[in-house]
This record gives sequence, C-alpha cells and structure tokens, in this order.
Amino acid sequence: MATAPRFWRENPSRYNLVGFKCNSCGRSYFPRRVICPICHRKSVGKMEPMKLRGTGKIFSFSEVFDCPEELALQKPYVVAMVEFDEGPRVTGQVIDCDACDLSIGTPVRATMRRLSEEGPSGIIHYGYKFVPIKEKAP
Amino acid sequence: MRRVAVIGVGDTEFGELWDSSFREIGIQAGLAAVADANISADQIDGLFVGNMSAGRFIEQEHIGALIADYTGLARDNIAATRIEAAGASGGLALRQGFTAVASGLHDIVVVGGAEKMTDVGDVESSTIQSSAADQEWETVLGATFPALHALIANRHMHEYGTTREQLADVAVKNHKHGSMNPKAQFRRPITRETVLSSPMVASPLRMFDCAPSSDGAAAVVLCPLDQARKYTEVPVEIVGSGQASDSLALHHRKDICTLEATRAAAKRAFMMANLTQKDINVAEVHDNFTISEILAIEDLGFFRKGEGGKATEAGLTGIEGEVAINTSGGLKARGDPIGATGLAQVVEVVTQLRGKADKRQVKDAQIGLTHNVGGTGATAVVHILRRA
Repeated sequence: MATAPRFWRENPSRYNLVGFKCNSCGRSYFPRRVICPICHRKSVGKMEPMKLRGTGKIFSFSEVFDCPEELALQKPYVVAMVEFDEGPRVTGQVIDCDACDLSIGTPVRATMRRLSEEGPSGIIHYGYKFVPIKEKAP
Repeated sequence: MRRVAVIGVGDTEFGELWDSSFREIGIQAGLAAVADANISADQIDGLFVGNMSAGRFIEQEHIGALIADYTGLARDNIAATRIEAAGASGGLALRQGFTAVASGLHDIVVVGGAEKMTDVGDVESSTIQSSAADQEWETVLGATFPALHALIANRHMHEYGTTREQLADVAVKNHKHGSMNPKAQFRRPITRETVLSSPMVASPLRMFDCAPSSDGAAAVVLCPLDQARKYTEVPVEIVGSGQASDSLALHHRKDICTLEATRAAAKRAFMMANLTQKDINVAEVHDNFTISEILAIEDLGFFRKGEGGKATEAGLTGIEGEVAINTSGGLKARGDPIGATGLAQVVEVVTQLRGKADKRQVKDAQIGLTHNVGGTGATAVVHILRRA
C-alpha cells in the first residue's frame, strides 16, 4: 500500500488538469514534463504550467468488466482515451452514461471524482473522470 | 563484431505448474538447453535471465544470482545478470547475450527467461501485469492492461474496418497451432464461437482474446558462430537484432494503431541481417491479445497497415500461409510466462529451422523472426535467425 505523498504530489494535475507548455516550440503536454521531447535541452527551464480547459472528444473507449479489487464496486465501467481540445490525450473513466450511447468522437468534459480507496480506513484517491457533454434541446 | 549462433535450446511445459517452484523451472529449462548444446557447465562464462516481476509474483528479487546458484554456476562465480523490460524481458535478455558474445566479452553464454505467475491469484496477477503500463496516468485511472489493448482494438476497428470475427480468427489459428505443440498450455482447437461467447473482459476483447497467466521457463545457449560446429550439426545464426522504445503510456503515441517501437526494431534487425520481410518463413510474434498479433504482422511489415485482420481471416498467417505466424501457439495458446516468452519464441524458431517441429513444421524453413513487446509497446525487440 502506497503512502500519501506518492499521490499528493500529483494533485495539481489530477485535480486541476495542470499540464505543461513548452515555450520553445509551443506544444502542450499532460501530465508534467520537464523536457520537451521535440526541443530536448532547448526546452529546459522553459516548460511552464498550463491549465487545460478539460473539454475534448473520445478518441477510443472500452467497457471494463475485469478489474482490480479497489475498482470492483464500479464495474462494469467505461475507460476512454480522451483528446483534449488543446491537443494532449489522457486516459480516464467516462461516467454518468451508458456505454452503448458513446462512440469515438463523443464530446466530453472533465469532472473531479473519487477514483478509488485503499480499504475502509485507507487513503481515498480523487482525480479526473469524464462526462459526456449533452447537446442542449432545441 | 563476431557472428553469433544458437547452439542449444530448452524449455519447460507452460501452464499452471503448481508442483514446481520458480527456481525449479529455471533450472529445468537451463539444463535442457545446456544438454542440447552438448556443453559442460565449466564452459559457460555468462548468464542472462529475463524476468519481469519475481519481486511481486514470488517476493524474490536478485534473480540472476538465484538462478546461477541453483544451476550450480555460482560455484564458478560466473557473471549473472537479470534483465527487465516487462513483456519484452526475455527478448532483451537474448539481445544482451548476443551483444556479450558478439563483442568478445563472453564466449559461451546461457540466456534464460522465467516467470512463476500462479503463486498469486488471478486478480493479483492481472494487477502485476498492468504495472507494465503507466501506473500514475493509466492504471490508477482504471485502465487495466486488457482495457488499454481494447482501446487499440476499438480504434483499429474504427479506422480500418477490422472485424470482431477477424480478432477471433487470431485466437482460433493460435489454438490450432497450440494443439500440435506438446509444450503448449492450451492444446485444444477452438472455434470463432468459443471466442465470441466467452466472458467480456474489456469490450471488445473477451477472455479468449487474452493470453493466459502461465508458469514456465525457456533458455538458449549462444557461442561465436566459428565455434558452433564443435557443439551442433545445425547451428542457427542470429543474423539481425533490433531494439526500440516508445512512450510508456499509450495515450502519448500519435497513432495508437501502430507500434512505432516494433517498426523501428524490425527496421534495425532487417538492416543488420540484410534481409527483407519476403525472406521470412516463420515468425513468433507478441500476441498477448488478439489485436496485438494484427498490429504485429502489420508493423513488422508482413502486411500493409489495416490489412492484418483480412490477412488472418484469409489464412495467410497459418502454417501453410504466406508467412507462418506463431506456430508454437503463440502467447495465446502456448502460454505467456512473461519473462520466458521472448526465449520461448527463440526455442520455437530454432526448432523450426532445425526441421524438428513435427506436425507443425513449416516446410523448408530457413529463416525465422522473433518479436517481443513490453507494455502496450513501450519496448520492442526483434531478432532474425537463419539456419547456418
């Protein structure tokens, strides 16, 4: 079982979707990187935090039936790869939906939820999940 | 660089080997390889062991020394090294052994791979396997190892029209091959219906799309090619070796339907061997999921991108096809004891090139290829072998 600092240090990205922008080439990354894979050493010291808006589209998805114990109460759940409007892609759950209503390209937005908990008295982990953006009725 | 040959191969049966411990299967495979090479222990001057996660499967680290000890090699204080690259641990261990002999640092080297997965339960085993993916940004967020491959499968179906049935055909073919391999974990043929009616793991992948948890070990003996005929009538030369890496997380790759690491490793191996895809008669590729074999045969260059499903459905990857893929049964049917897998691939290809594969023998096989992947494609290693 991991200690609190292991999760706590990633909270800015997990809670607030803080990515990093390379001020050498302008590309954005999520999560934190201290070196831009394109600019290499030129980017050192030029990677600046950048908050992502949290909106994007489903790039691919799957409904998961076989999962680790700490997620057993949530199954089946949907995992998607989401492409943010700013460019970076992430992996996370899609909630408040039926898997059969989703498709590649479905617009989603990030929301902060409970990810898992380490037993009845352990750490509760929070982070981003995604919900489909419902089109407004005409 | 010296030319390097495989002079001996050995492996254990793959499966749920409840009666055998990690060290026992390691020794069994190593002894078989050494006996096959017809060498004595005091001739061995280096040992490389591929192993992904003995620390979590059996709570034992320091695997190089452990195997050296229980094979009796530690008495001669030989150099023993453990290699880890998740699913590619075995293939990478082979490359380290190859490098050591090619460079002249060592003369006779044993390369082994072993994993003991069934000393923990199924759920724990899946969790350990998932640690090959990005723990902080994939696994913690609910993406299991099968789920990540399901993302690839779903996208491949979306982009190229690959069908659910074509995925099933990979498993059907590999079980058919496994039925002809006495060392395989699953030796019974299955049908499309078996796959399509098995329990859903992560849609669209079902239980029969996934390689099993297995115990097993495999080993090979290497020496300089110019000494090989002292030990064997049929040396098999390692003519190409390529290794490559990519982002740890799947979502950081531009195209999730292509394993760039496989493409780069294959390009390097083919360039070293001065051969092309058309020269390959038999290939063992990394089919930890059915979709993985489809990506592999595309990214290795046997079929165009998007055509892997159709090629499988058309039977082009069977024993009498254009290129025989996974004649051993592959990870799917032969079994996938992670660290052993990359070496078991070499054992199968060498057996084929020696013409000793019995019912699953590919006619006149002269040149073979092995392809071993770590994680969802963050490491790939490709070797090309030729009957010398």
